[in-house]
Amino acid sequence: MKRNVPLAITFIVGAVLIFSVFIPPMENWGEDFTLFFDIIAVFAFFLGGGNLLRVHLTKLSRRKQDWPYSIVTIMGFLLMLAAGLFRIGNPGDINASLTEQGSLFQTIYDSVFVPLGSTMYALLAFFVASASYRAFRAKNREATILLVAAFIILLGRTPLGTIVTGWVPESFSILQIPNLAIWIMNSPNLAGQRAIMIGIGLGVVSMSLRLILGIERTYLGGDDK
Amino acid sequence: MTSHLMPPLALTLVDIGRILSLAVIAGGLLWLFLRAIKRKEVERRVIFLFIFVSVVAPILFPTVFQEKATPIVKDVFDKIESLPPGSVVLLSYDFDPAMAPEVQPMADAISRHCLVRGLKIIYMCLFATGQGQFTSTLENVIKPEFPDKVNLVDYVNIGYKAGNEGVLNVIITDFKKMFPTDVDGVPYDSIAVFKGIRSCKDLDLVISIGGGKPGIKEWILFVGDPGNVPIASGVAAVVAPLMYPYYPAQMLGMLGGIKGAAEYESELVHHYPQFKNSPTPALLMMGPQTLAHLVIMAFIVIGNILYLLERKKGRKR
Amino acid sequence: MKKTTLIIMAGVTVLFLLSWIIKALALEGMQEDYIKKAFLVTFSAFLTLSILSFLYRDNPFYKFAEHLFVGVSAAFWMSMGFWSTIVGNLIPRLSQNLSVFFKVHYIPGDFNFRFYIPVILGLLLLMRLSRNYGWISRWSLAFIVGTTAGLNFIRYLRSDFIKQISATFVPLLVDWQGTGHFFSNLDLSASGQLVMMLANWTIFLGVMSGIIYFFFSKEHTGMFGRASRFGIWVLMITFGASFGYTVMGRISLLVGRITFLFRDWLGFNI
Repeated sequence: MKRNVPLAITFIVGAVLIFSVFIPPMENWGEDFTLFFDIIAVFAFFLGGGNLLRVHLTKLSRRKQDWPYSIVTIMGFLLMLAAGLFRIGNPGDINASLTEQGSLFQTIYDSVFVPLGSTMYALLAFFVASASYRAFRAKNREATILLVAAFIILLGRTPLGTIVTGWVPESFSILQIPNLAIWIMNSPNLAGQRAIMIGIGLGVVSMSLRLILGIERTYLGGDDK
Repeated sequence: MTSHLMPPLALTLVDIGRILSLAVIAGGLLWLFLRAIKRKEVERRVIFLFIFVSVVAPILFPTVFQEKATPIVKDVFDKIESLPPGSVVLLSYDFDPAMAPEVQPMADAISRHCLVRGLKIIYMCLFATGQGQFTSTLENVIKPEFPDKVNLVDYVNIGYKAGNEGVLNVIITDFKKMFPTDVDGVPYDSIAVFKGIRSCKDLDLVISIGGGKPGIKEWILFVGDPGNVPIASGVAAVVAPLMYPYYPAQMLGMLGGIKGAAEYESELVHHYPQFKNSPTPALLMMGPQTLAHLVIMAFIVIGNILYLLERKKGRKR
Repeated sequence: MKKTTLIIMAGVTVLFLLSWIIKALALEGMQEDYIKKAFLVTFSAFLTLSILSFLYRDNPFYKFAEHLFVGVSAAFWMSMGFWSTIVGNLIPRLSQNLSVFFKVHYIPGDFNFRFYIPVILGLLLLMRLSRNYGWISRWSLAFIVGTTAGLNFIRYLRSDFIKQISATFVPLLVDWQGTGHFFSNLDLSASGQLVMMLANWTIFLGVMSGIIYFFFSKEHTGMFGRASRFGIWVLMITFGASFGYTVMGRISLLVGRITFLFRDWLGFNI
């Protein structure tokens, strides 16, 4: 039950989805299975929310380190849930869009979610700059190649590149930094990314096959009973 | 007239601000360089301050550069230009607020372009946050600039569905099965935009705006390649280099990062002068972008000078 | 709580209130609900600055903002998932009464009962929260894993392997604009024949040598080693390009936030 049933489910679902590509009458099965998958994905969101609540309630009840912040998480969670799941503060009907301008849900989205989400990533600009100063060193030939390529891209993707090398004549225009940046992206970058992509692609294909055939079982966890 | 009468050296407040801020940054970098020569490290907060100043100064004293579309951006623009009015374009908002400063300008510019060309747009999203981001396009672009365009007739928002690539695997054969209604509950069959559209295979163009997973890669793998659907994209800079292997065979063009967005805005204004007064956030952002790139390049050079001096010292020992 | 922390908190509260009042006064007469709008802009700015304060060091404001983000985003995804997919796709196929309640169009069908499968599997997935019956969620997990594997197998094979290999076999001698001349325009123009040929050589050799670098079943010596070394160089250029683009991306995000602070909050005319 704990092991064979999941293995059988993975095999049947995986096989149906592969065969549905080759056998048109099975296309409908493929659509159904993916629609089921989409619906289960929502339950996974609920699992995530439930787990978050459990972790923070435990932290709160046991007065663990930084427990007052768990109140913030829980309050934020409940407030957004009230506005979203229970549609409190939504002026429209029950079937109206949640993200309508003026609804409480959209207001929290615009005033809390957006500034927090975007500033979290904006912080990385500072760390990238710090890393450039401290860690981006031409220690060997490979690192120097990386550095030169980065330089050309940094220059070439701004108007600076044109300002610096705009004077280069047309018959040598590949030496203009913006053109060089485009060439790097279209040629060596493309080649390198493609080599990585082919490697990853093969990895995904072989892993998918191992999962469907039940050779790869780590996703079932360690308990074999 | 007045400008002719003004002396050639007359400076505006913005010019003075530009000169002062450049002087401050140049002075700071010189100080950093001198410290590097003396083999002295600086605190990371100083580096942070440099970046902050180099971003803030060009925002307060803006300099707008003209951009020329690179081939990969021009391909997207030309594809939209080549579509006859009435063609249906799907615009997928596959991004969250974290990517929005880079890709929202793309979504807005492409929306403007499609609407002015008389194309019909289906808006959807693979990120739940995309639905909220579409509200921004609706309120800031569609409603004020295209008041004659009618929801459900000229454009429709079918919103978000959970399931990432699972959503795409259904709509490649059957739209209605996945999206029985639009976001306001209007049934699929009552939406004029969907007339004659059964699946993604019937679309004239799909453009994914995003930068994460699910995004353009999933659109290519699950819709573009199996359905032979023309796919273009606007992606965050972090993802752009990864997508080049798909260009041009599997993805007809791409707007990469804020530079791609600025090139597209520039191309749009060039072809449609009526958008001259429309917001061009990406073009405005190229000022701070340029200065920040310059400062980071200076950091790399100074950092390497420091490294070389230390290595030299190490060898002597 | 330390005295300094209390003083800083009180100071921030006063600044917040002051900013709210000034913003409200600035918006008065320009917008409806100006007090509410002023509060929302001030609160957004407060959250933005709270996150940015991490640059100085970890502090209670950053922690507050971070914890708030976690709670709000979890509920955001739950709400969106529920209304878009459960109400939008499941209920119309499962129950007419519920469809009427949620005001969605019922989709009749002879085999609609099959939609109980994802409901059961979804509920089993939630059992993961239980200590004793958590194992049963493996069934749902198996469905998710099976779907992902089945979907990816063909798509990755086609798009990321076959099509990529196919696109790598490019002409190494480029026919100049279809005229049949292979060595006619050999200047260094960006759109010239020589540069195009160079690009194709780089793509062909770069992909091959890159793959060789990732091939670990043979020792990287001799000709194979040289190809592998060339592969590393190509990959280094790739990583350099990625770094350049990453810098561009991160700066753009910062510009976005700083623009918000100066334009929307402080009211600069940008």
